[in-house]
Amino acid sequence: MAQSLTHGEMSLPADWRDLFALTKPRVMSLVVFTALCGLLAAPGSVHPVLAFSSILAIALGAGASGALNQWYETTIDAKMKRTANRPLPAGRLDRQTALQFGVGLAAFSVFLMLFAANWQAAVLLTVSILFYVFIYTMWLKPRTPQNIVIGGAAGAFPPLIGWVAATGSVAPLPIALFLLIFLWTPPHFWALALFVRSDYAAAGIPMMPVVAGERATRRQILLYAVVMAAAAIAPWPLGYTGALYGWTATILSALFVLLSAQVGLRSAGADDRMQPEKRLFAFSIAYLFILFGAVVADHWLPL
Amino acid sequence: MTDENPQQPFDEAEYRRRQRVRANLMGWILGGLAFLFFFITMARMVVPT
Repeated sequence: MAQSLTHGEMSLPADWRDLFALTKPRVMSLVVFTALCGLLAAPGSVHPVLAFSSILAIALGAGASGALNQWYETTIDAKMKRTANRPLPAGRLDRQTALQFGVGLAAFSVFLMLFAANWQAAVLLTVSILFYVFIYTMWLKPRTPQNIVIGGAAGAFPPLIGWVAATGSVAPLPIALFLLIFLWTPPHFWALALFVRSDYAAAGIPMMPVVAGERATRRQILLYAVVMAAAAIAPWPLGYTGALYGWTATILSALFVLLSAQVGLRSAGADDRMQPEKRLFAFSIAYLFILFGAVVADHWLPL
Repeated sequence: MTDENPQQPFDEAEYRRRQRVRANLMGWILGGLAFLFFFITMARMVVPT
């Protein structure tokens, strides 16, 4: 029978590692961490099983969003060096499987959230998945250089969902955390876009450096970094957090602005290795991890 | 768009290996979910909603 199984008659079942890769595990780690911080910073206590299940639901929702994003962007991913080896553009997985996997995972994540937490968190999770897939991936990303500015809202949902899963209601602190990720997204992604600009240009994605040029992007990075720093520190004077978070946010945000200034006030020549941009991109990830860790530490270890 | 059936001709061993891995994985996932839903139910019984 083996010899008769050829291309076109029957295809290989998808390898589980390719399905796993479809969920963008590295992005998911940041989503899980910020959601967990939102949940742990909420007042009161959550049963560990319900907390675990809520975070699992958010992780699966993020995975579903990633899978549906890759399903929709197969052609674009094939044109970019950074993404050409993903399971779909590399041809290791067929699009139908990816679509079914993504939709199934999305539906299950919402059901799990509804069962383990509350309807408010389930609604927010649904909105975040739909926002990421329809508003960001399908509508904004191929049309406007402001794609990640507005689309950043999708990535800002997890701490809010974590908080709502724990409390059933929204409060100023998770909204501040939402705002923080929302304002963090543009400098984070534009730093990346600066050093993979040719990739985006080849794929026809209207990222800021491709459409508005490098100089305008650098200025915008610095501008957003300053506004983001203000938003990051604001919960402290407003009384939503204590000094531990306040000082951490102040020091790290000052560093963020400093690194953004290095990017914002320079122009890259030919054969530039784009070190300041790569440094800002790497630091921006650590920044978010440490700051959200500080929110939790501040809640549990008030100084 | 990529080919809807992009895989190349393959041998039965690889086909069986993937089937076996997926079946095992599905078994573990379903078993895990059964436990998870049981514990969620227990937790919801002790936590007022």
